[in-house]
Amino acid sequence: MQSYWLYKKDLASEIRTRYAINSLAMFILVTISVILFSIGSETISDYLSGGLFWVVIFFTAMSGLSRAFVSEEERGTALTLQLIASPTTVFSGKLLFNIILVFSMNIVVAFLYNILFESFVIKSHLLFYTGFILGNIGIAISSTIIASIIAKAGSKGTLYPVLSFPILLPLILILIELTKMSMDGTKFEEGIVELSVLLSYNVIMISASYLLFDFIWKD
Amino acid sequence: MSNFSLNVVGLTKIFGRRLIFKNINLSFNAHEIVGISGPNGSGKSTLVKILAGLLSPTQGNVEHLFNGKKVEMENLHNHVGFVSPYLVLYDEFSAQENIHFFSKIRGINLDQEKLDSLFTKFGLYERKNDLLKTYSSGMKQRVKFIFSMIHKPVIVILDEPTENLDVEGKEKVYEIISELGKQCLILIASNEESDLAICSRIINLKEYKN
Repeated sequence: MQSYWLYKKDLASEIRTRYAINSLAMFILVTISVILFSIGSETISDYLSGGLFWVVIFFTAMSGLSRAFVSEEERGTALTLQLIASPTTVFSGKLLFNIILVFSMNIVVAFLYNILFESFVIKSHLLFYTGFILGNIGIAISSTIIASIIAKAGSKGTLYPVLSFPILLPLILILIELTKMSMDGTKFEEGIVELSVLLSYNVIMISASYLLFDFIWKD
Repeated sequence: MSNFSLNVVGLTKIFGRRLIFKNINLSFNAHEIVGISGPNGSGKSTLVKILAGLLSPTQGNVEHLFNGKKVEMENLHNHVGFVSPYLVLYDEFSAQENIHFFSKIRGINLDQEKLDSLFTKFGLYERKNDLLKTYSSGMKQRVKFIFSMIHKPVIVILDEPTENLDVEGKEKVYEIISELGKQCLILIASNEESDLAICSRIINLKEYKN
């Protein structure tokens, strides 16, 4: 419940300052426009549009999700948070905020993709949506713990994508594979292995994050 | 009346190659007002941060005992009140909203009556719903005092407590510190003579350099 209130505080703060929402919205708009302009009148393959879908999501996440911790460090309110909440509460609250942000952002990306890219046709909806949900949770967990690490560093802007790339790469590769399978109309049962890998990734990342966060947060 | 004590054993802090202080052994009890003095850079803020559980010592340990039981670091934040110039509240919220969110995040029910009486005491009642970004630095300092007291802490740590305050504000703060000192342990890190004048004993950090 305390984490929920931290999430509510972040949400109220975000609504007033538009710290992350504006940059996320602009990033989505710019990347999709650039892809559309570069394609022009050519038709791209289904698989390529599926791959580009996750590329847009990866870079959008890079532009906005670090804000959860970076904004606290930049404004000097990290100390205030340390004084009012345990590390577990802080991480849970920030994670909840990032999960909601990732879902909102990716639903918008998926919606725009559906409208603007004719080749982005999903045949196996259950497989795609399950992968989409697990993928979004994975992106949120990884981005949150990486954000907490880089928030205390000097060159945050560069460090975030550099650290995120190797951690998010396996997740993005599986998501691209699952998107391909969903486009081919593969049955849900045949994608169980990929979904299990996604689930395992999330379990490993969340366990490691809670274990690590205490040390990252304190000094 | 709280039964609280704070024990510091062999506390040493080194930043890189620079020794801040060495081998501090102290005991504090509830109902005490203790001053921590020392020249700039002597480690007053570092020491109070370690005592508040915000920073780890290089050597030694700090033990908070409440009703005979050791307070776990995980729960320490609910027993500590902290005021300092580097403590920043959320400018995009009003004073009332800041305190409301802090109480909810702490997991305590906000006593609105007590909060209103604190706002009145600090002369902020009329402005409690204004955004913090419209406050002067002195008014923000007063909000920090409310922030440090609203959850009924057993130890209140005040780092440069009267910075940014006018004469009236300082008088009010000294009055409140004297009142609070009857219920809990108060540590004041400062070089201001008037701040240290209300302390029952003073620890000089110059003595812990070698």
